[in-house]
Amino acid sequence: MTDTPPAASAPPKPRNFFSALEIDTRLLGMIGAFVVICLVFNFLTEGRFMTPRNLFNLTIQTASVAIMATGMVFVIVTRNIDLSVGSLLATCSAMMAMTQTWFVPDWLGFGLNNPATMPIAVVVGILTGLLIGAFQGWLIGYLAIPAFIVTLGGFLVWRNVAWHLTKGQTIGPLDENFQLFGGINGTLGETWSWIFAVVAIIGSLYALIQSRRTRVAHEFPVKPVWAEALIGAIIAATIIGFVAILNAYEIPTARLQRIYEARGEILPEGTIAGYGIPISVLLLILIVIVMTIVARRTRLGRYIFATGGNPEAAALAGINTRLLTVKVFAIMGMLCAISAIVASSRQTFHSNDIGTLDELRVIAAAVIGGTALAGGMGTIYGAVLGALIMQSLQSGMAMVGVDAPYQNMVVGSVLVLAVFIDILYRRRTGDRT
Amino acid sequence: MTAPLVEMRDMVKSFGGIKAVDHVTIDLYPGEVVGVLGHNGAGKSVLMKMLSGALQRDSGEIYINGEKATINNPRDARNYQIETIYQYLALADNLDAASNLFLGRELMSPTGFVNDAQMEAETRKILARLNPNFRRFHTPVAGLSGGQRQSVAIARAVYFNARILIMDEPTAALGVQETQMVAELIEQLKSEGIGIFLIDHDIHQVKMLCDRANVMKNGQLVGTVKVDEVSEDDMLGMIIAGKCPANAIPGPGALQTA
Repeated sequence: MTDTPPAASAPPKPRNFFSALEIDTRLLGMIGAFVVICLVFNFLTEGRFMTPRNLFNLTIQTASVAIMATGMVFVIVTRNIDLSVGSLLATCSAMMAMTQTWFVPDWLGFGLNNPATMPIAVVVGILTGLLIGAFQGWLIGYLAIPAFIVTLGGFLVWRNVAWHLTKGQTIGPLDENFQLFGGINGTLGETWSWIFAVVAIIGSLYALIQSRRTRVAHEFPVKPVWAEALIGAIIAATIIGFVAILNAYEIPTARLQRIYEARGEILPEGTIAGYGIPISVLLLILIVIVMTIVARRTRLGRYIFATGGNPEAAALAGINTRLLTVKVFAIMGMLCAISAIVASSRQTFHSNDIGTLDELRVIAAAVIGGTALAGGMGTIYGAVLGALIMQSLQSGMAMVGVDAPYQNMVVGSVLVLAVFIDILYRRRTGDRT
Repeated sequence: MTAPLVEMRDMVKSFGGIKAVDHVTIDLYPGEVVGVLGHNGAGKSVLMKMLSGALQRDSGEIYINGEKATINNPRDARNYQIETIYQYLALADNLDAASNLFLGRELMSPTGFVNDAQMEAETRKILARLNPNFRRFHTPVAGLSGGQRQSVAIARAVYFNARILIMDEPTAALGVQETQMVAELIEQLKSEGIGIFLIDHDIHQVKMLCDRANVMKNGQLVGTVKVDEVSEDDMLGMIIAGKCPANAIPGPGALQTA
C-alpha cells in the first residue's frame, strides 16, 4: 500500500464537457427523468400535460410535500426517520384552524378576516410543530428510543390529537388572508413575478461570481470561464422559463371581473392577466434556499452531515449529537407546520384526513432525491426534485385516466426502482457513503 | 526535574462488575513518547479515553503541568490541548479533508457562516507539510487510502497545537511506507516538545519510537520500563505473564515472585 501518486498535476488538463461544468450527475439524472415524464405524458394527453395551467397546478400540488421533504433530508441524513409528519401536519392544521375560526374572532373578539388573524394563526401553528418536533427529538436523542418507534407512535398519536381538538369536525372556511398560501387563491401576479425573476437571477449570478472570487483569492483551481458563464446562463434561462410559464396561465375573465368589481372598478375590454408565482411556491423556494444554506454554510448543517457519516467521530469531535437530534426534529416539526399552512389553505378548510399518507410521500421524495437511508448523504434540491417527479407521475397518470390503485402501484415501483438505480450509480462511481 | 506534562493518578473505571482500569498511575514528560502496552482488553484504550474525555473516570485524578485538571468530555480535553488520534480513525467518511480537520472547531466568516475556503486553504497548507502527495481535497475521505486518512487525522492534532497527543495504534491500518511517514512525524512532534502516549501492539515499533513504556494487564499496571534498558523479550514477558524485569518500576499488577 502506498500513497496514490499525484493524480492531477498542478494545472488540470482540459477535461470533458460535463466534468468541466462540475455538475452533479445525479442532479442531471433527476432532471432528465422529470423531462422524460413530462414528454411522455404530454404525448399521451395530446399536449394537455405541458400547458401552463397543468404545470401551474403541478407546482402548487408539489409544494406541501416538498416543504416537508427538505426537513426529511436532515432527519434521514442523521440516520433517523420520521413517520409522523402527516399526522403532525394534521395537528398543526387543527391548531391553526381553531385559532383563526374560534380563538381570534370569538374569544379575542377580533371578528372574521381581521388582519391580525393570519399572523397569529401562523405563529400558533409553527410553535405547535416546533414543540412537538422537539419533544419527539428529545425522546429519540436523550431517552434513546429509536426514531422509528417514537414517530410510529407519533403517527398514531398526533392524527388523533387533531381529531380530539376539533371533535372530529371539519373547520372552515379559513381566514381570507390565510387562504393566500393556498396556491391559486394567492399569487404574485405578472409584474411581481418578473421582479422576483430579476432578483433571483441577480442573486444567483452574484453568488456564482462571489464563490469564484473566493476560490481565485485562495489560488484554488477554478472552472473555465466558459463553464461558469454557461452555468449562469442555464440558471437565468431556467428562472425566466419558470416565471414565463406561471405567468402564461391566465386568470379566467369571470374571475378577473370579480376582482375588479371588488375594487369598485370596471374590467376594461380585452384585459388579460396571468396568475404568476403562487405564494405557496414562493414559500417553498425560500425554504429551499434557507435549508440549503443551513446544510452547507452553517455549523449545524456540518454537524448534521458529520453525525450521519460517523456518529462516534462526531461525538469525539465534541459535537452534542443528542441536542443535534432535538434540533433536527424541531426543524422537521416546524416544516410540518408550514406545510400545514399550505395544505389547509389550499383546500380552504381543515379536515381530519389532511396530510394522510404524506409521511410516505415525503420519505419517498427524499429517497428518490438521493438521500441515503444509511445516513450522511442527501441534498435539499434532490428532495424537492423527488417530490416534483412523484407528483408529476401521479397527476400525469390521473390525466391519462389511470385509476388510483394503479397509480399507487406505479409510484411504489418507481420508488424501489429509483433507489436501485441510485445503488448502481454509487457502485459505479465507487462512492462508498 | 520539572513537573510532568501529564500525570494520571490512581485511575479507576469499571463497566458493570469488570474493572477495566484498576488503580493505574502513569505520567508523561514534554518531548517524550511513552508507550502503553498490553493485550486486547488490558485497559489501555480505556485509560487513554479518560484522558481524551471520551470516557469519564470513576475515580482518580489527572494533573496537567502539575495542576489538577477537570476532563469530563472531549471539549474539556481539547481545552488542555490534548488531541487524540484514534485507532479506527475518527473521521466522518462522507466529508472532505478540510471538514474533518476542522470538525467541531470550524473557522467562521464574519457573517457567521462556515468559511470553507479558509479551511481548505489551511488544510492545504498543513498537509503540504505532512504529506506533500495529498491532492484530493474535494473528495469525501471515504475514497482516500489509509495513509491519506491518517495524515488528515494527524494534521488535525498538529494544526490545533496539541501539547499532549494520544495515538491509538496509529499505524495499524498502514503499509510500510506510510508507517515510516508516521514514525518520522512522531520524531518531529517530539522534537517540538509535544508529549505523546502511544498505544501499540508492535513491540519492535515501541522499541524504536518510545522512551518509556507502561505495560497493563487485566486493568492493572504491570510496570514501567525505559525501553533502552530492557529487551523485547522482557517486554513480552511483562505483557504475557506480568513478569517485571529487575530494572522495571513494578506496578500493582506485577506478578508477585517469592
